[in-house]
Amino acid sequence: MSDLNHLIAEAQTDFIACDALPALENAKAKYLGKTGLLTDALKGLGKLSAEERPAAGAAINVVKQAIEQALNARREAILDAAQAQQLANESLDITLPARAQSRGGLHPVTLTLQRIEQLFHSIGFDVANGPEIETDFYNFTALNIPENHPARAMHDTFYVDESHVLRTHTSPVQVHYMQNQQPPLKIIAPGRVYRVDSDATHSPMFHQVEGLWVDEDISFANLKGVVQDFLQKFFERDDLTVRFRPSFFPFTEPSAEMDMSWNGSWLEIGGCGMVHPEVFKHVNIDSEQYRGFAFGLGVERLAMLRYGVNDLRHFFNNDLRFLQQFIK
Amino acid sequence: MQFSENWLRTFVNPPLDTQALSHALTMTGLEVEDLVPVAPVFEKIVVGEIVSAVKHPDADRLQVCQVNVGTAVLQIVCGASNARAGLKAPCALVGAELPGISIKQAKVRGVESSGMMCSSKELGLAAEATGLLELPADAPVGADIRDYLDLNDALITLKLTPNRADCLSILGIARDVVAMTGAPLSVPTPQPAHVTSEKSVAVQVQATDACPAYYGRVITQVNAQVKSPDWMVRRLERSGIRSISALVDITNYVLLELGQPMHAFDLDKLQGTVSVRFAQSGEQLQLLNGNTVELATDDLVIADSSGAIALAGIMGGEPTSVTDTTTAIFLESAFFTPDAIAGKARRIGLSTDSSYRFERGVDFGNTADALERATELVLSICGGQAGTVTQSVATLPVRNQVRLRYARLQSVLGIDIPYATVGQLLTQLGFVFTELDQVFSVQAPTYRFDIAREEDLIEEIARLYGYDKIPAITPHANLAMLEQSERRLNVAALRDAMQSQGYQEVVTYSFVEEAWERDLLGNASPIPLKNPIASNMSVMRSGLWGGLLDVLSYNLNRKQDRALLFEVGSSYHAAVQGYSEQQKLAGLFYGDFQPEQWAAGKREVDFYDVKATVDMLTKQQAEYRVETHAALHPGQTARIYINGQAQGWFGKLHPKWQQHYNLPKATFLFELNVEALLSSTVPTYQEVSKFLGVRRDIAVIVDATVQVEAIVQAVKSAQIPLLQQIQLFDVYQGKGIAENKKSLAFLVLIQDTHKTLVDTEAEAAMAKLLKILENQFGAELRN
Repeated sequence: MSDLNHLIAEAQTDFIACDALPALENAKAKYLGKTGLLTDALKGLGKLSAEERPAAGAAINVVKQAIEQALNARREAILDAAQAQQLANESLDITLPARAQSRGGLHPVTLTLQRIEQLFHSIGFDVANGPEIETDFYNFTALNIPENHPARAMHDTFYVDESHVLRTHTSPVQVHYMQNQQPPLKIIAPGRVYRVDSDATHSPMFHQVEGLWVDEDISFANLKGVVQDFLQKFFERDDLTVRFRPSFFPFTEPSAEMDMSWNGSWLEIGGCGMVHPEVFKHVNIDSEQYRGFAFGLGVERLAMLRYGVNDLRHFFNNDLRFLQQFIK
Repeated sequence: MQFSENWLRTFVNPPLDTQALSHALTMTGLEVEDLVPVAPVFEKIVVGEIVSAVKHPDADRLQVCQVNVGTAVLQIVCGASNARAGLKAPCALVGAELPGISIKQAKVRGVESSGMMCSSKELGLAAEATGLLELPADAPVGADIRDYLDLNDALITLKLTPNRADCLSILGIARDVVAMTGAPLSVPTPQPAHVTSEKSVAVQVQATDACPAYYGRVITQVNAQVKSPDWMVRRLERSGIRSISALVDITNYVLLELGQPMHAFDLDKLQGTVSVRFAQSGEQLQLLNGNTVELATDDLVIADSSGAIALAGIMGGEPTSVTDTTTAIFLESAFFTPDAIAGKARRIGLSTDSSYRFERGVDFGNTADALERATELVLSICGGQAGTVTQSVATLPVRNQVRLRYARLQSVLGIDIPYATVGQLLTQLGFVFTELDQVFSVQAPTYRFDIAREEDLIEEIARLYGYDKIPAITPHANLAMLEQSERRLNVAALRDAMQSQGYQEVVTYSFVEEAWERDLLGNASPIPLKNPIASNMSVMRSGLWGGLLDVLSYNLNRKQDRALLFEVGSSYHAAVQGYSEQQKLAGLFYGDFQPEQWAAGKREVDFYDVKATVDMLTKQQAEYRVETHAALHPGQTARIYINGQAQGWFGKLHPKWQQHYNLPKATFLFELNVEALLSSTVPTYQEVSKFLGVRRDIAVIVDATVQVEAIVQAVKSAQIPLLQQIQLFDVYQGKGIAENKKSLAFLVLIQDTHKTLVDTEAEAAMAKLLKILENQFGAELRN
């Protein structure tokens, strides 16, 4: 029976020659199939004597196991190769651009307004809104600017009819809000405002944020504190200084212009002051019990400084090459 | 308000240099808008007198002058055509530095020249000049030109706030400098004129409320042709007022010096007595500027027996104005109340130095003194004989006592300000006050129209004490949380959604072209502005599409070929009372569905691409109904309803507007009411069924006009038992399907949430479904 050992080497050679599973199965049949060589050898055991049979059987089994091992090894190798091939076929240039949709973005004025809102929200300011076609009463009279007051001439007002204007500032929102709410109050009122003026530094439409805080112990020092805190946080600069300069608005007293230090000079960024008692009177708030401060900030001015925009007109031309620089 | 620093310093001269004075003015509320020196820096220029001038031997246009400069007579070659013997002109000595020129000993065409005769341009006093600056014959030879022409001076321009009418004069500014620095004030106090003429004009003030004080004086035998003195011309010019004639200059000078507008009438042109009254209806007046205005009955006028001769406090009349030939004048100094003048000049398109002051408030305590000051100047400059003053004084405004509580002052400002400082500052302001229990009772002077209540005084103390000295302190507050409803989104969430869909936000004007409203929104009567800034910004928008299309065109003209735009903003509508505003979110999609790329085919955007965005914004709650819109393609228009309410429009821009706006490709537009998009829900948990459902597909053939949404709604409303969901997954028209028909394939989800589904029940549900399709939509089952 010693002649069976050579089958191992033969089988190995046959299996290696197979590149695919069907061929391998054919090759297997030659040794392990119903009429395979080993199957024949096992059948031949019956012709042997009872003494010879165990040894001969064991020998055949050794060969059979060796061949099965070779077969399994080859089968695995073929599967591995096939998978490797598949993976190779499926490999991509991962640096190709993604299947892209458009990238959208927000207008820089919106980004600025949202930043302002978030900062004031963080100390409990609510957002209030009011109409843009405003009555003469809310835009002027309730803010202590009676008819024929010279301060009206400062406003370059768009008129809609005898009693309606496009609001020249966001301050009327103060009045609407205070008519409906009792102190303490903390609001900002962002929005569009309008002045008859158009050049490189003036747009007939622009945005303001009005701020109002009314409570029992609010002081001018608090106004300075809040505005300075806001500007430092907005620009993320602790070294930024704010200068308050006496000024005049009919609806605040004392009033101030706010200047901010910027690259070695002072830039005007808005007006502010303590809410005028006449304004409180219009909304039935007792000015002996309550005091408040109000401020108005130019949103485009802040956006220009924050983002380094050098011309106000960019904001309203809506050139996509400009706007898309603000995609975050 | 522009003025000469040196003139101010004749009234008050604090120990501050020009820069420090300017800073002090700004930081106390008189903002210095501009500060420029009268002349550039130079020295060694003196008054020179040309003793002789002879032609240069080798140059036709040059003269060789001998110039007396006081210390020497210099030979100077000069090219100015007005150089002549006897002329006095500025002479730059050797070593002088002028803007851009250094004066050296030189030879000009072979002739020694030891200096330069100067024009006003060379001194930096004017942009252009022809010839030498001719100085008066009495100019002292050798005097430093800076001293002689008072060139060590600065022009200060203040941007005054409307409440500070008292600072519209040198005297007023000087008073405020006193208040801020404590330096002493020196004011010229005119002596009452010596009356040498008996002439006077009777004055009758009828409108005493509007004109509580009127003073007039006749001055006869004046010489109206005399030149105004140089110092006066210079001060006027440095205040931005051109010299006209001595009499006019004098009235302007008093206006600038004391803040009192004056007027001089030609006495010989007056008829009868002078009165101050309101104009009669239809009365006309030819003004000094040549315009004839028709007066209204609330216009205050000065009149004589012939009618109105001046618009009180605004402008005099042409027929009675002083001229070169005037020999006698009637000088007016009056107080007209702000209420009487405010708005009147503007109504006829005017703003004069006089009206500007009267409508803000002129010092009624100085009316008579101003007349004396003007008289003094007329007599000294034009000569003449002064008559007695005619006066009419009624009830002048009263300055009430205003209470200033020291405690209130401190709490409003949030600082500890020394008690003594308050009194000191009030004193420096010239306010009269008494004190009791730390309360000041203050009476403001006649020139302050802005001190009527405690806050006015608090502001005065604050600005003089210094805003800089008030610390910045963040307030303490009660920390109650703000409401945050989960049932309501904010607009920022909508913006973020649009941004993530690839849309770029734009901001367009609220006022638009009228044609956009008419063409794109079918709005024949938009809200017009009375005073638009341009014809294409003349009406308020009732929708946002015009602006979006405009931005699209702007960008297509700049080589863009694709745009996804959106805007959130108000639309404006006429309402029963006044106007209403609605916040809208509008979007525009133009060009290819996707940016050009290797991994996706190129195709233009279509209706259903954009519909996805509308669905997203409406949280799948939108109902699309076929209606028509002026701007949109009639076959691709949907009106959007949410909960049965019309909330917007969506569709393809009508081809005629596409052509009109020169758009090469189709454009899709939508607009939604923001308010309708903000409602949200608080999710409520429902038990998840453990019994699984099955999917069945069904394909039917229906008429091409059948709307899929109608089928879906019909099936849903039939409430077929166990049918959980029906959803379209294929639409087919073409080969194998008859014309005017289409094939629709739906997937149907059938599920029993309480027990295992029995096959026969599923079959029964599908049969019911088919029945509905057949009966209601004429559907045939497709094989």
